This record gives sequence, C-alpha cells and structure tokens, in this order.
Amino acid sequence: MSTEALSPSNVMEAETKQKDVMRVENLTYTYPGAPKPSLHGINLPIRRNKITALIGPSGCGKSTLLRAMNRIHDLYPGNRYEGRILLSNPEETAMEDILELKKENDLIRLRQRVGMIFQKPTPFPMTIFENVAYGLKLSGMKNKSDIEERVVAALQGSAIWNETKDRLNDSAMGLSGGQQQRLCIARAVALKPEVLLFDEPTSALDPISTGAIEELISELKKEVSIAIVTHNMQQASRLSDYTAFMYIGDLIEYNKTSKIFLNPDQKLTEDYITGRFG
Amino acid sequence: MGGKLFRNVSFLSATLSFFILLGIFVILFHYAQDAMHTFGWDFLRIDQWEPGEDDEGGVFGGLIPIAGTLLTTLIAMVIAVPLSMGIAIFLTEIAHKNLVKPVGVAIELLAAIPSIIYGMWGLFYFAPIIQHTFGGNGVGLLTAGIVLAIMIIPFMAAITRDAMNTTPPVLKESAYAMGATTFEVVKDIVMPYAKGGIIGSIILALGRALGETMAVAFLIGSVFKFPSKITDPTTSIPVLLANNFSEAQDLELSSMYLLALLLFVVSFIIISLAKFYFLGRGVK
Ligand SMILES: Nc1ncnc2c1ncn2[C@@H]1O[C@H](COP(=O)(O)OP(=O)(O)OP(=O)(O)O)[C@@H](O)[C@H]1O
Ligand SMILES: [Mg+2]
Repeated sequence: MSTEALSPSNVMEAETKQKDVMRVENLTYTYPGAPKPSLHGINLPIRRNKITALIGPSGCGKSTLLRAMNRIHDLYPGNRYEGRILLSNPEETAMEDILELKKENDLIRLRQRVGMIFQKPTPFPMTIFENVAYGLKLSGMKNKSDIEERVVAALQGSAIWNETKDRLNDSAMGLSGGQQQRLCIARAVALKPEVLLFDEPTSALDPISTGAIEELISELKKEVSIAIVTHNMQQASRLSDYTAFMYIGDLIEYNKTSKIFLNPDQKLTEDYITGRFG
Repeated sequence: MGGKLFRNVSFLSATLSFFILLGIFVILFHYAQDAMHTFGWDFLRIDQWEPGEDDEGGVFGGLIPIAGTLLTTLIAMVIAVPLSMGIAIFLTEIAHKNLVKPVGVAIELLAAIPSIIYGMWGLFYFAPIIQHTFGGNGVGLLTAGIVLAIMIIPFMAAITRDAMNTTPPVLKESAYAMGATTFEVVKDIVMPYAKGGIIGSIILALGRALGETMAVAFLIGSVFKFPSKITDPTTSIPVLLANNFSEAQDLELSSMYLLALLLFVVSFIIISLAKFYFLGRGVK
C-alpha cells in the first residue's frame, strides 16, 4: 500500500469495507425483453455477520434484487445490469464487482460464495446425505471422509442432524417441508459461503417449522452475512439487524431495523409497516 | 352421486382394459394349442418353416423370427436411446428458445409419419447407402434396425422432452445456485427428476419397435434364414405373420398363433421388467 492509504478518507473507506461484505451501488436491472427496468438505482449495503431484511409490497423487486446478488438471473439470457454489486474478497482488500464476471467458472465460484435459499424447499432427487454432499463434490472435494465431516457439521449447524442422522441414505423427498427447508440451508451452509440470500424461506411453512428456521438463521449469522426477503413484519423485526424497504423498484429507506420499525423517516415506510397498504 | 358414477365408470374402464388383455391372451393361447402339442419347447429351437405335402403337417419353428425381432429391436434401441436423450436435453436445456419451438414441432411431425413411409424411404434411399458402406445386399438386420431407430427417435425424444420439461425451474436454479454447470444440472437434477417419464418413453418405443411390421417388412429381407452377420437378411415375427397369414392353414396357422403369443408374452415381460426394475427402486 502507498502512503496515501493512511489518509483519513481511506481509513474510513477501509473500515466500511470491513463492515460490508457486499454493497449494491446504483443498480438498475432490466429483465430480458422488458420495456422498463424492474430496479432503479438501488443502493444497499450488506453488513458483515448481520441480517439484512428486505421488505416491501408484492412485485416491488425484492426477489429481483436478491437474484442479482448471485447472478442467478444470468441463467436466462438477455438481462441488462447497470451499476455495481461489490463483494468483498477475503484475499484482497479491494472489493470486486460481481457484475464484471463473465466466464461460467467465475459465476460458479460466485454462487458458491453467495448461496441462495428459495421460497419452496427444493431438495434434489437424491438421498439426504447426497443433497448436502452435492455442492461439496461440485466444488471439487474428493476425499470421502472430508466430505462426510463437512456434511455432518452442516447438518448439525442447520439443526436437522437429530432428525436425519438415522436416515442419511433415505430420499430427501421423504422429509417434511420444514425439514426439507433446513436441509436446503444445510446444503448451502456446507459450502461455507460468505453470504446467504433467503427469499421468503418460511412462507410455505407452518409456525413451528418457521420458528425453527428463524432460530437457525439468527444462529447462522455468526458464520455468514445474511439477506432475507420476507412479507412477515414480525419476522423482519425479530430477526434482522438492518431493514430495507422497497417500493416499485426503488429502495425507499434503509436503516437499523429498530429505527425502521419504530421511527421511519419516510411516510411510505411507515404506511407499509403499519399495514396501511401492501 | 356424480362422484359415484364417475368412480364406477373409471372402475369399468380399468377392468375392461384388463379383460381385453386377458381375452387376447386366451385367444392366442387357444389357437396355438395345436403347434404347442406338436412341437413343445422345441418350437424355440427349430430353424425351419416347411409346410408338409398337401398342406398336411410340416415343421415350423420360431427361432429365426424371434431372433430377428430381438436383434432388430436391439440395434434400434442401441442407436435410438442415446440420440433421443441428446435431442431432448438439447431442446430443454441448451437450445436457444427461438429454436426450441420449430425443432419441437418438426420432431412431433416426424413422430406422426406412418411407418410405411419410413419403410419406403428406407428401401429406396437408405438401403443402398448401407449396402455401399457395410456391404451385404441392402436389406437386412442392420438396415431394418437403423430405420427402426429413426422411426422411434422422434417419438422417444418428444416424450423425454416433455418429461424433462416438468422439472421445476426453481429446482434447477437451486442446483445452479450451488455452483453446478448445465451438464451437472442435466445429469444430477433433470435426468433423475424425469426418470419415470424417460423410462416410460423407452418402454413405449421398445414396444413399438418389437411390434413394427410395415417398415421392417420392407427392409429386413423376409428370408427365413438365421443371420450370420449384421447385414444379412432374415425375418421377424410380425413380418412373418403379415406375409404368411393369408395362405396358412392348420398347423402352420397354429404355429403363427404361437409366434404371436410369444411376441405378446415377450413384449409383456420386457415391459414389466423395465417398469419394475427401473421404477420400483431408488429415489422417486
Ligand atoms: N422474468 C421476468 N420478466 C419480466 N419481468 C419480471 C420477471 N420476473 C419479475 N418481473 C417483474 O419484476 C418486478 C419485480 O418482481 P419481483 O419478483 O422481484 O417482486 P417481489 O418483490 O419479489 O414480489 P413478491 O413479494 O411477490 O415475491 C415485478 O413487476 C415483476 O412483474
Ligand atoms: Mg419474490
């Protein structure tokens, strides 16, 4: 580093880098063939080892934003991204812009670093063990006992070990919805990602399974940074440290969760949170 | 009330299909009695088809047509299964969406062409090519097998494609989200998910290949001779039946019923085996 690294502004910059694992900057996103962008100039930091909730009425672009953050949109050709999405790189001090990645291999590495859990549980048509081992094998792990160790650790870390330890070789399809969802979380956790993106992970589940998953998510933030989309205001306020409120493709307000829920700056945010619309 | 009626009707249809199956079996079995008593299990070993003097008696054996049927079907399946899978994977996972529609329609149209047209095309256009490339005299096991493969590929590919298309996009997305490549998604997610449909398409194609008459009649040569190499002409059960039915009497007719019964039983066994073996185990 050169001498100018010591100047106050650079120190500050370095500190926020430390604090943010990801930063969405001025992101405008257009779906293939869509006449207008679905996201307009979004700015959003994802703080390290914190939970960031994304709330807003249906169709406001929460999933769209989340799916940009691991470039899963790119499975369908013809998208347009403008702006930057920065991801901190453990090896370097500078953050890298994931929108610049082009090669399939780089996108694969990105998706292993930024994992995603979907609304409906999506167990793969394999055994419980294989579901969790799958990503590890994809990432090139060969040693059987290493894989086994990581699988067991992931299942334990995802609070589903006790229910599955006697049936690791059974089909994952035989688990209940809530168990399947925890299995999907275990599957993502096994890869030791830096960020986990959850898109309404409990909206298809009963209250007890929901409770288990919420507990698991707040436990997980010791290890990873988390962004979660939810329609459930209690869930957002219970679980998250920061909250972003979105409305028709714009990010209206971002702040500490307590601030957003107790004393939001924007009238729109207050109306949404108090249930006056949406 | 409506529910009860519906239940009765569907029960009736279900049992009816069972009774039709049973009926066919009983009729074939009944008319095959004569040949069964005369030849017993030797019927499977005799490689002759010689009517006696004055249409009395004679020696009839199933070895050659049975072998011909199984071999042409085998050749056809060996060629058709991998190609159909490739086409289906291309259409569901790889091709640009502007290409999927027209190619898909073309394949459905190919699947609907009557088999006699494949037979004629095979005889006049394809048999000379085979003759040129592999020797022999054009018609024979190989030609019949390849044209049979070309006939069943569109059919198998179309059903396999439909089965693969039922894989929920979010399931594929979650595999991509774990860092899978397209190849890995096809191999680990799409194929296992669509397994039932894929096996189903193979079984249906197999049944069609075993029983195909017209196209094979044009191409197999219809010679009652055991093939010694792959380009040799021979005959198959359906072809033999179609060629000889109008003149056959007594023991020959009964022998043909026995062949038909064998074809029926063999198809039935192959299809049940495939069904139970592939669908009855593993991850659903
Ligand atoms: N594949 C697509 N092509 C074009 N437009 C799309 C596509 N998917 C979503 N959109 C549009 O993008 C906007 C944002 O959708 P998105 O799914 O991100 O909303 P959301 O906030 O996740 O809503 P919900 O809470 O209902 O899940 C919507 O107006 C939607 O119509
Ligand atoms: Mg959504």
